[in-house]
Amino acid sequence: MTSAEWSAVRLTAELAALTTVLLLLLGTPIAWWLARTQSAAKPVVASVVALPLVLPPTVIGFYLLLLIGPHGPVGQFTTALGLGRLPFTFGGLVVASVLCSMPFVVQPLQQAFEAIDERTLEAAATLRAGPWDRFFTVALPQARPGILTASVLGFAHTVGEFGVVLMIGGNIEGSTRTLSVLIYDHVEAAEFAQAHRLAAGMLGFAMMVLLSLHLLNRPRRERACRAA
Amino acid sequence: MIDLDLRLARPAFALHATLRLPARGVTALFGPSGCGKTTLLRALAGLERAQGHVRVDGETWQDDSRGLFVPTHARSLGYVIQEAALFPHLDVQRNLDFGLRRTPAAERRIALPQIVDLLGIGHLMARRPGTLSGGERQRVAIARALAASPKLLLMDEPLAALDAQRKREVLPYLERTQRDLGLPIVYVSHSIDEVAQLADHLVLLDGGQVRADGPFTEVLSRLDLPLLWGDEAGVVLDGGVAERDVQWHLARLEVDAGAAAFWSRDQGLPVGRRARLRVLARDVSLTRERQHGTSIGNQLAGVVASISDDTHPGLALVRVRIGGVAVVARLTRRSAAALMLAPGVPVWAQVKTVALME
Repeated sequence: MTSAEWSAVRLTAELAALTTVLLLLLGTPIAWWLARTQSAAKPVVASVVALPLVLPPTVIGFYLLLLIGPHGPVGQFTTALGLGRLPFTFGGLVVASVLCSMPFVVQPLQQAFEAIDERTLEAAATLRAGPWDRFFTVALPQARPGILTASVLGFAHTVGEFGVVLMIGGNIEGSTRTLSVLIYDHVEAAEFAQAHRLAAGMLGFAMMVLLSLHLLNRPRRERACRAA
Repeated sequence: MIDLDLRLARPAFALHATLRLPARGVTALFGPSGCGKTTLLRALAGLERAQGHVRVDGETWQDDSRGLFVPTHARSLGYVIQEAALFPHLDVQRNLDFGLRRTPAAERRIALPQIVDLLGIGHLMARRPGTLSGGERQRVAIARALAASPKLLLMDEPLAALDAQRKREVLPYLERTQRDLGLPIVYVSHSIDEVAQLADHLVLLDGGQVRADGPFTEVLSRLDLPLLWGDEAGVVLDGGVAERDVQWHLARLEVDAGAAAFWSRDQGLPVGRRARLRVLARDVSLTRERQHGTSIGNQLAGVVASISDDTHPGLALVRVRIGGVAVVARLTRRSAAALMLAPGVPVWAQVKTVALME
């Protein structure tokens, strides 16, 4: 592979990893709240989180550009802070990816938290465990399969994102040219062999990810039987 | 002493309970479903936010007049529910360790090996909750609660999910727990048979209100509560096995230091063993003279103490004093009139069946 291709692979991996970590940190409290609240605001928040599922990435990219661009409120804010502008930078890509991949992380987490038997949390409370203690030692371990699914889907979706990357990141080698954009470049330039190499790599990666997810998340009982 | 006054309003349901319960032995909270017994227990544990106060053994857990509410995790209690609610991601050993590790060393009063032994779960330590039977799960749940050295054990229908055989499997462990640890237990149940084996104190709840509260056998034989008992109206007597008849497989059960005795099926209990007897009102009939040529083996001379209304206008409950104890007979009003029964009238009580609760 060429150095430009390696650079794209590394960039994509960094972007996806950073996005996934940020999403787990950000998405966990949102998912926990969604799973347990009876607030009237729940459907609104759930809908906002799910928007990227139905909106074309170009729409998200367009509004995000308006928001973080030099004349947008967020853009003026970041400039005032001396952080510079976000569009066409790696930082901007991260922000965009976090927004686009949000539902792929929040929804599995929410489902996992909803599946937790409330009574096990109450039992923990009667066994002297405080709220944070209960969350980390009873809720999170029971949500483990959901956390795994959320991480994998968040990572894989970020790797595959194209429209928003093009709109926010542009196509700058080493800072915003991700694999999916590079493939597009190759195809545009009729470099089918190169496009093929990268595309096949992505296909293999996606297949591997989903397969390992299914193997890891098999019901415990099934694995126990096999071990016995 | 457990001193509580709790009020809680819900749509279509209001709980108001003021109780002073002994901080020893087993207190049964009994009543029909929907009477508020589970809600009261949850409020006692702090899992439900009621208004009022709760004091356990001089320690205040809740006092809304002072704005004090100790959260559940800071209350020294054990809580066991019907579904066990073991942690599915931990094996039995680590389920037991959960509360133990969070109990300060100075507060640990019950050693884990003793608990494991008491509940007979030593062979289950490496198993996951998902692989346990219902009875095993329940025993682990009780052990897990005990491992945190609670000052008070709250149990909400801990045996309700088990079939009769599993109940018989778990009950002896419960009795041993109570006997060996002397831990006060508040026990919610809708089955009088279940609590009759354990309870020393009885609280009767109906529609969110305390209807009766007192020593178990006393409350159980009160006649002003027939609606709550329904078909189960009767008395529970503390007694013991006095004699066993090997030829006929019968046992003579004495109550009140021999003042009254009943023959019952021999259930294998040794002579001298203490046991509780349950005599249902529907199994007692009354005669003015001692009967001959009857199949009923238990005839006891007594005196009518009182006559009260029963669930049906055609029926009456007659309380008969026999020595220092009393039994209750369910008769038709017509029979009571024909026998000219009234307080003070001497009668013979014929008792068809006595249930031994051991």
